[in-house]
Amino acid sequence: MSMTRRMFGGAAAAALMLAGGAAQAQDDNVRIALVVKALGIGFFEAAAEGAEEAAEELGNVEVIYTGPTDTTAEGQIEVINSLIAQQVDAIAVSANDTDALVPALKKAMQRGIKVISWDSGVAPEGRMLHLNPSSNSLIGNMIIKLAADELPEGGEVAVLSATTTSTNQNIWIEEMNKVMDNYPDIEVVGTVYGDDLADKSYREATGLMQTYPDLDAIIAPTSVGIVAAARAVEDAGKVGEVNVTGLGLPSEMAGAIESGASKSFAIWNPIDLGYSATYLAYQLATEQAEAEPGAEIPMGRMGTLTLDENNEGAMADPFVYDETNIDDFKDIF
Amino acid sequence: MMAFLKSREAILGGAILVLLALIASRFPGFIAPANLARVFTDTSPLLLLALGQTVVILTRCIDLSVAANLALTGMVCAMLNAAMPGVPVIVILAIAVGLGAIMGAFNGILVWKLAIPPIVVTLGTMTIYRGIIFLISNGEWVNAHEMSAAFTGFPRASILGLPVLAWFAIVLAALFILMIARTPLGRSFYAVGGNPHAAVYTGIDVGRTQFWAFVISGALAGLTGYLWVARYAVAYVDIAGGFELEVVAACVIGGISIAGGAGTILGTILGALFLGIVKNALPVVDISPFWQMAISGAAIITAVAFNARSAKAKGRIILRRAQAQGAQA
Repeated sequence: MSMTRRMFGGAAAAALMLAGGAAQAQDDNVRIALVVKALGIGFFEAAAEGAEEAAEELGNVEVIYTGPTDTTAEGQIEVINSLIAQQVDAIAVSANDTDALVPALKKAMQRGIKVISWDSGVAPEGRMLHLNPSSNSLIGNMIIKLAADELPEGGEVAVLSATTTSTNQNIWIEEMNKVMDNYPDIEVVGTVYGDDLADKSYREATGLMQTYPDLDAIIAPTSVGIVAAARAVEDAGKVGEVNVTGLGLPSEMAGAIESGASKSFAIWNPIDLGYSATYLAYQLATEQAEAEPGAEIPMGRMGTLTLDENNEGAMADPFVYDETNIDDFKDIF
Repeated sequence: MMAFLKSREAILGGAILVLLALIASRFPGFIAPANLARVFTDTSPLLLLALGQTVVILTRCIDLSVAANLALTGMVCAMLNAAMPGVPVIVILAIAVGLGAIMGAFNGILVWKLAIPPIVVTLGTMTIYRGIIFLISNGEWVNAHEMSAAFTGFPRASILGLPVLAWFAIVLAALFILMIARTPLGRSFYAVGGNPHAAVYTGIDVGRTQFWAFVISGALAGLTGYLWVARYAVAYVDIAGGFELEVVAACVIGGISIAGGAGTILGTILGALFLGIVKNALPVVDISPFWQMAISGAAIITAVAFNARSAKAKGRIILRRAQAQGAQA
């Protein structure tokens, strides 16, 4: 009995101290919690780096980088509940589940906490705005631009996609075709599907080089495909003739950049994403901006975020990686 | 001579030639020797796994865990290489074969000692092995720049114009033809699959033979695991996803009877080559990707239907010959 009382007393005292500390911190600092899918993932560690950068610029911001140890919605709900108890000013979350987090986040908003989602979104009723890393049209434009920039004289390019039915890739290719008029000398000679399998993608890429001997570039807007295509180009001895580009992760593409099979590729930059999310959360928490359709919210060096009818916005063009910056990023994500 | 011409292997060989001619009519570059060598190299992993699978199917079992075994071994080799780039390739090869054999032996023990149906055992271990890849890798990839040049260079090193990967397939196929035809173990695979009860009376331990079939299949899957990861220079959870079905298909096309006890290694080799040629030709003959899967499937069904028909015909021929001999006597 005495044991319980002692423990309870201790806990109460600790809670008092915590609350006191929180109240004090609240006076001078805006406390923004960056909740990620799971701790220990390179992509999110990089985002946390960006958040710290934003906090430094803004001055009076304290970033709480947190998340569950595994990528579960349950883990994130626990984290969010503890953040509500700590009375943070804003929560910026990359969700493990679109719907499961909504009740916890609603509760947070009822307590006056500003909630935004970034990277992986939450259903509209569970957040005030959502920050997409990029938009489909920006991605579609970027993948053809990457290929065209290396081909000032024009040339033949082919697309190596994932499966015939994968939504993302199909939309990006569609968006790419919409802007083809801006690249009159570039001809898209074919689209093949590697099903996001390394061996099939490799075979399809090899097939492309055989069918179109004058092929100048392969665009692979899928992280499995771009790696396999680079490998196929290396094995065919066509490094320098066929440039592999598209969307990939720096850690996976470092080898291809090194060998020269790929001159450049793109993906959203997690540092910028964490930076922007922190900026947006700050703007909302200090009431400098309202999250409503059509609103334009500044996010520091990343420009402004324009919200659509669902209170969603796209951050920027995908970030381009090449031999000049690959070494800085290959160990991050 | 007539018997050979009517054999399944000769028919399949003829089908491959017709297939090559058809492809060449649409894309002549395909039958250039350099390209055929490339197609053979690309088919080598399938061929290696199909050799192991053949032995398993001969004993009336099936091994659905080969692709998962391949992926797990590949991941272990890749992680080992990433952590200790100094480990020589020969050691990695030994680890790959050993680890694969252990996983095969695990299947074999369950089939042998607990008498669980092999399809259930390997369906279970398939998921277990894939799960273990998740556990050891945390779902992360091992990428090209983390692997040493020796590690990724080995399968593509050229000997007499062919890469090492292709030589592995050639040498092991030759060894299997010898093993099946000339060793007691090789013959007992047929005996166990053909008639288990008779096999027991001749002193063959059915369970033990099936166990060894699984060990062989596992060892080959492990070996291929390293070769695969080194070839594509990437290791992740889903590599070779669904490959086990392609392996079984290669055996079935090659005339290995799912009921066990019938079929030849030569048939398996031709079956794997047939599938490999189809897979490599589809991207270059400009067929809509929506049709590709249907065409691959149709090729398999046709081959199996053919198999069933030729098996029937064979029975009749034997009878006729027996009748003819009887008439002579």
